[in-house]
Amino acid sequence: MKRHLQFMTALAGATLLAGTAIAAELNIVHGSVGRDQEILRAQLDKFEAETGHTVTIVSMPESTTDQFAQYKLWLAAQSSDIDVYRLDVIWAPQIETHFIDLMPHVEDIIGDFVPGAVESQMVGDKLVALPMFLGAPALYYRSDLLEKHGKAVPETWQEMTETARAIMEAERAEGNADMWGFVFQGAAYEGLTCNAQEWIVSFGGGRIVENDGSIGINNPQAAEALTMAASWVGDIAPDGVLNYKEEDARGVFQSGNAVFMRNWNYAYALGNGDDSPIKGNFGVRTLPTGGEGKPSAHTLGGWHLGVSKYSENQEEAIELVRFLNNYENQKERAIVTSRPPTLTAVYEDAEVAAEQEFIPLWKPVVDGALPRPSAATKRQYNEVSSEFWTAVHDTMSGNGTAEENLAKLEARLKRLKGAGW
Amino acid sequence: MSAAPDISPATARASARTSRLSRERIRSAWLFLAPMLIVLAGVALYPLYRTIWFSFTDASLDLLGEARFIGWRNYLEYVDYGNGDGEWFGLLADSRWWRSVWNTVWFAIVSVSLETLFGLVIALVLHKKFPGRVWVQAAVLIPWAIPTIVSARMWAWMLHDQFGIVNDMLQRIGLIDAPVAWTASPETAMIAVIMVDVWKTTPFMALLILAGLQMVPRDMYEAARLDGVPPFRLFRRVTLPLIMPALLVAIVFRALDALRVFDIVYVMTPNTDATRTMSVYARENLFDFDRFAYGSAASTLLFFIIALITIGFIYATRMNLEGDER
Repeated sequence: MKRHLQFMTALAGATLLAGTAIAAELNIVHGSVGRDQEILRAQLDKFEAETGHTVTIVSMPESTTDQFAQYKLWLAAQSSDIDVYRLDVIWAPQIETHFIDLMPHVEDIIGDFVPGAVESQMVGDKLVALPMFLGAPALYYRSDLLEKHGKAVPETWQEMTETARAIMEAERAEGNADMWGFVFQGAAYEGLTCNAQEWIVSFGGGRIVENDGSIGINNPQAAEALTMAASWVGDIAPDGVLNYKEEDARGVFQSGNAVFMRNWNYAYALGNGDDSPIKGNFGVRTLPTGGEGKPSAHTLGGWHLGVSKYSENQEEAIELVRFLNNYENQKERAIVTSRPPTLTAVYEDAEVAAEQEFIPLWKPVVDGALPRPSAATKRQYNEVSSEFWTAVHDTMSGNGTAEENLAKLEARLKRLKGAGW
Repeated sequence: MSAAPDISPATARASARTSRLSRERIRSAWLFLAPMLIVLAGVALYPLYRTIWFSFTDASLDLLGEARFIGWRNYLEYVDYGNGDGEWFGLLADSRWWRSVWNTVWFAIVSVSLETLFGLVIALVLHKKFPGRVWVQAAVLIPWAIPTIVSARMWAWMLHDQFGIVNDMLQRIGLIDAPVAWTASPETAMIAVIMVDVWKTTPFMALLILAGLQMVPRDMYEAARLDGVPPFRLFRRVTLPLIMPALLVAIVFRALDALRVFDIVYVMTPNTDATRTMSVYARENLFDFDRFAYGSAASTLLFFIIALITIGFIYATRMNLEGDER
């Protein structure tokens, strides 16, 4: 009897295996900022209900630098524990060998995606990750304070500095002692690379490493930009900004203690949340320019979904990636998190425009956003970025002048490059 | 085997028997030790050997199997530019590495000294009998019982320049006028890290020293009291020499721990030159950058530096590690 039962169970198992509808257990890993976790769980619940698979979220720290190290360990160990990784826009060239080529699986829909986003995830002919959402930072400003003190929204960094200082001093004189002028991401990590690249490019100082791999970062415009940034610390920005990441900056701005903030798009939805003290009292504009006739620059950010080569459930993982990036879910994410979507059509959606006016407004900014030199520097990007943020961080903490640190940076980058990237 | 002329057959037989006996005992001793030695070789020696091997290769984390031997290039290499000029490369010529070494040693010296001092004071207090002593003993241990990652995160928030409670309290009592960015500015970052480590590990020191104190025979104090020795002299001449062995062992433990400090620094101030320690440097190269071999070289040097410092300390203090009475 017992043996009979065992046989039946085995048979039943075999029939199930032969069929297509086996419920798989998937794991997706991401580093949550703002409401990412909440919305991802909600969308995964829908996926589970539709397909019968179960998906577990593995949550990582907010800092992209921390996430990368852990992912690299898992991938180098060829771990099958994680099926879907949410990857930073800059990582594709560094870890592409561990991911499957998604192109054959998304050929039917890839034309609907923002071309720049898709391009950033291509290594040769291989699509490493399917774009999930983009990022192009904004200058957040307190419209109520600008109005109260009769100031215009600044066009250039110089104007922003003056306006920030004037309002900060006026507010402090009125007893608002915790007021600051400007907060941004100044900790020594990838976020500082994004911030500093924007300052330097908007002053005409060029890229950290140009697209052809050449290094021209040691120039007077770059030094001017960094000198300006260093002058903020302890003046319009708190000293602590040297250890601020995204959420630290948002904490100060959203509690009403800063006039300006540079941050990614997610802060918009949170600032307008019902529990936000500054709800309805702030606006966004493109980042300031380096002066009359100079451009403004926005670093391209974003997070994209890749399927691990070592996953034992690749079929289902691909299904999940497609599901999370379909129109419905992208639209929902755009409305809830104010993260720019990767489907062109969502930008034109009337409902999105009504709920989250930031999204259509930001389409041109996203299109023109500036990638970091991850394609040019390939596997060495992290080290390049670390050298760059170290030079910037040193300058801002008063450890050498901008000129000295840029000269050092140039030498170090040249050494890293050697005969070629 | 012919008996030597000066040994009677009876003694020769006896010595053969004892030597057989001792041979057997040695054999069974090895037999009993074998499992532990095999495990040690597996979990300690082999990884150490691998790390040292990788430090002489060009390994990268993705392609560990394809590592090629490249000699000392990760440690030191002179690159000749071909025009009579040239430059030194490698770990031994890397100023950032030496900064990390200095940071680590500085951290170890300051934190271990403070922990020893505070630990000694706390242990002396806890050694006295007073009501509620058991509760105080338990309470003192709490910081040590909290996982480092949790306490470091907790302190990072408490030291935050805008929302942090530390700045708030210091401002309220008028010690500072403006909030200090403890973990952000290079001048205070190391102080903050050392402070948290002292807070966390002093209980451990106190516990070890207390154990040493409780070994001191009571009658010594009785005798000293009868002779009217003043308290400080009593401490200098009686207590301190008697707890010295325990104290030194505790210091070596802590120093070993402090020299490989990673978690506190990594959580509070990860990527700045002001606080980067040897372990943080090694990890950064191993995983963040695509330089597994270089990171292995850093790990290897870290191992030798810690070994050297420890041996030097044991030698300098003439510590008795045999456990027998001197």
